[in-house]
Amino acid sequence: MTVLQDRKGFVLLLLCTGLLLAFAASLVFGQTPITMEQAAQSFLSYNDDSTEHIVVRSDRLPRAVIASVTGASLAVAGALMQALTRNPLASPSIFGINQGAIFTVVIGVVFFSASSLLSLMGLAFAGAAVAAVIVYFLGSIGRDGLTPVKIVLAGAAISALFQSYTQGILVLDEAGLQDVLFWLAGSVSGRTLEMLLPLLPFIITALAASLLIGRAVNLLVTGDDIAKGMGQHVAALKAFMGVLIVFLAGSSVAVIGAVGFIGLVIPHIARFFAGNDYRWLLPYAALLGAVLLTAADVVARLLIMPQEVPIGVMTAIIGGPFFVFIARKGVSSV
Amino acid sequence: MKRLGNAPLGTFSLKTRTNRVLLLLFLAAVAACMLGPSLGNTMLSPLEVIRAMAGDGEGANEFIVMNSRMPRTLVSILVGAALGVSGALLQGVVRNPLAAPDIIGVTGGASVAAVAFLTYTSGSVSIGWLPGAAVTGALVVASLTYSLAWKKGVTPIRLVLIGIGIAAVMSALTTFMIVVSSKVTASSAYLWLTGSIYGASWEDIFAMLPVVLVLTPAALLLAGSLNAQQFGDDTASGLGVRIQVHRFILLFISVVLAGTAVAAAGAIGFVGLIAPHIARTLIGRTFGPVIAASAFVGGLLLFGADLAARTIFYPVDVPAGVFTAAVGAPFFLFLLYRNRNHF
Repeated sequence: MTVLQDRKGFVLLLLCTGLLLAFAASLVFGQTPITMEQAAQSFLSYNDDSTEHIVVRSDRLPRAVIASVTGASLAVAGALMQALTRNPLASPSIFGINQGAIFTVVIGVVFFSASSLLSLMGLAFAGAAVAAVIVYFLGSIGRDGLTPVKIVLAGAAISALFQSYTQGILVLDEAGLQDVLFWLAGSVSGRTLEMLLPLLPFIITALAASLLIGRAVNLLVTGDDIAKGMGQHVAALKAFMGVLIVFLAGSSVAVIGAVGFIGLVIPHIARFFAGNDYRWLLPYAALLGAVLLTAADVVARLLIMPQEVPIGVMTAIIGGPFFVFIARKGVSSV
Repeated sequence: MKRLGNAPLGTFSLKTRTNRVLLLLFLAAVAACMLGPSLGNTMLSPLEVIRAMAGDGEGANEFIVMNSRMPRTLVSILVGAALGVSGALLQGVVRNPLAAPDIIGVTGGASVAAVAFLTYTSGSVSIGWLPGAAVTGALVVASLTYSLAWKKGVTPIRLVLIGIGIAAVMSALTTFMIVVSSKVTASSAYLWLTGSIYGASWEDIFAMLPVVLVLTPAALLLAGSLNAQQFGDDTASGLGVRIQVHRFILLFISVVLAGTAVAAAGAIGFVGLIAPHIARTLIGRTFGPVIAASAFVGGLLLFGADLAARTIFYPVDVPAGVFTAAVGAPFFLFLLYRNRNHF
């Protein structure tokens, strides 16, 4: 047992190192090449005459922080969804959460000229929650309860519905299109830390809470009946997980827009290391999500310099084939 | 194969309900062709429309009818018909009421190819090649989806799931191309993607017409095989149906129709899903009549959507795809609810 624990601790350490490396790479690589030394100096002795220092502090650092925080949130949200629905294909984007949040935000911006960060966040949460509840409800009706296929189909339909309304609004209000287009595609560039800060307490609380319920989730995935028999308040736990999911996924969409597939792919990779033990799977997922999104962002800026690939496109191009792979493998077991 | 149809070819009797419904749908489509050009901001009487078409009307009317309303009406009906037939064939082949060209990524493939064509060739290649590009994209993605779903045969559910994954990748690729292209190209490509008949021209009609007029009858010839396939592969083979060949041809027809429709009007969603369902409700489950009825119903649906698109928010022209999705997505959810015990 201790050997096993050691191995799991080692993986955790490895992932922390990976995150540091990805973070450093995110500070250094880009259109303006920056050396490690300059990056370090910009924190130790900031000099506002130096272009490099300004780039690091005003562009690279916010990107790295935002990418790692939202990456962790999306991955944990995905892991919780897969546990809650016992469905290996569940994830925020498949559930229509991205499109739901975008729809409400676009309505707020176009019709009520919402611009304060707080109102946008609130709108994104509301949209995420509405989409998630509808898809969960539609996915669970019927004789066999929550089946993977029903959830995926319901999610696809809800996404298409919200997407078409969003498109309709944006066509009516063409001026707004270019401003929100990059956000619709999902992006971590041009975001300031001020966008993340008001959300950070919520995200950190939700992440911490997710890490603490690992043992309870382990019991839940063995089956509702067994969990009930062991004295677990199944309904309360599920509702709590639902709230965590909406907070984590909703705040990520609010900051970086529609970035899909992180929540789908990462829990599977984490499961490869941790097995189905959610006490380890959830922290692994958080770290892996942070690493992957930060690294994907670095690649996204290098690929077609001087332009950038929107990060949502990057993750979809990686994640789509992964989704196909899981669908081929069979969706019977988590 | 004729034995499997419900009437010998070459006769048309109004004694059966099927034929009466088909006749009514046909008359409705003709009525739409008459109404389309007369409805709009400037109302024109049918007589004025006919005079404008004969080149005998007022200059302004002639311009409205011949350059805008008539092409839009005809393109919407043709595109809707192509999508309706495409959806009916796809649902028949994969034996799944939820299959549709847009859900399994065929439309997405056509969109990627078309947007790539618009952004990367801008001007250097004749726009006449756009339909070819879209159809090629649709064919490539369809064969990709089909072969990825193949695992000792193709089960409908795996096909739909994998199609959804492929569709996500396709939409990421189109977003990518739009984001990196110039501002002007971006908004026109975005508008086009939503599915709009705004820019319909006579060229679109001449491109669509032969495809629809050749492929729909071709599909009708294979309707008997499609009926037999509904009993399962073994039974169909037992009835002497060359099932793999027919399935391939039917899928090919379905994909080419969807690709051509996308080339003319952009990614119009959900018509290919809904039209066959309405057709079956009206006419029963025999595939010959269902294919014909799907063509009419699809055409009428898209005609209605486009009419709403250009009149409700006048002077803004809302893409018709917004209306079809607004109606189609809830309908899809209803289908999901009705089939809730089958997944």
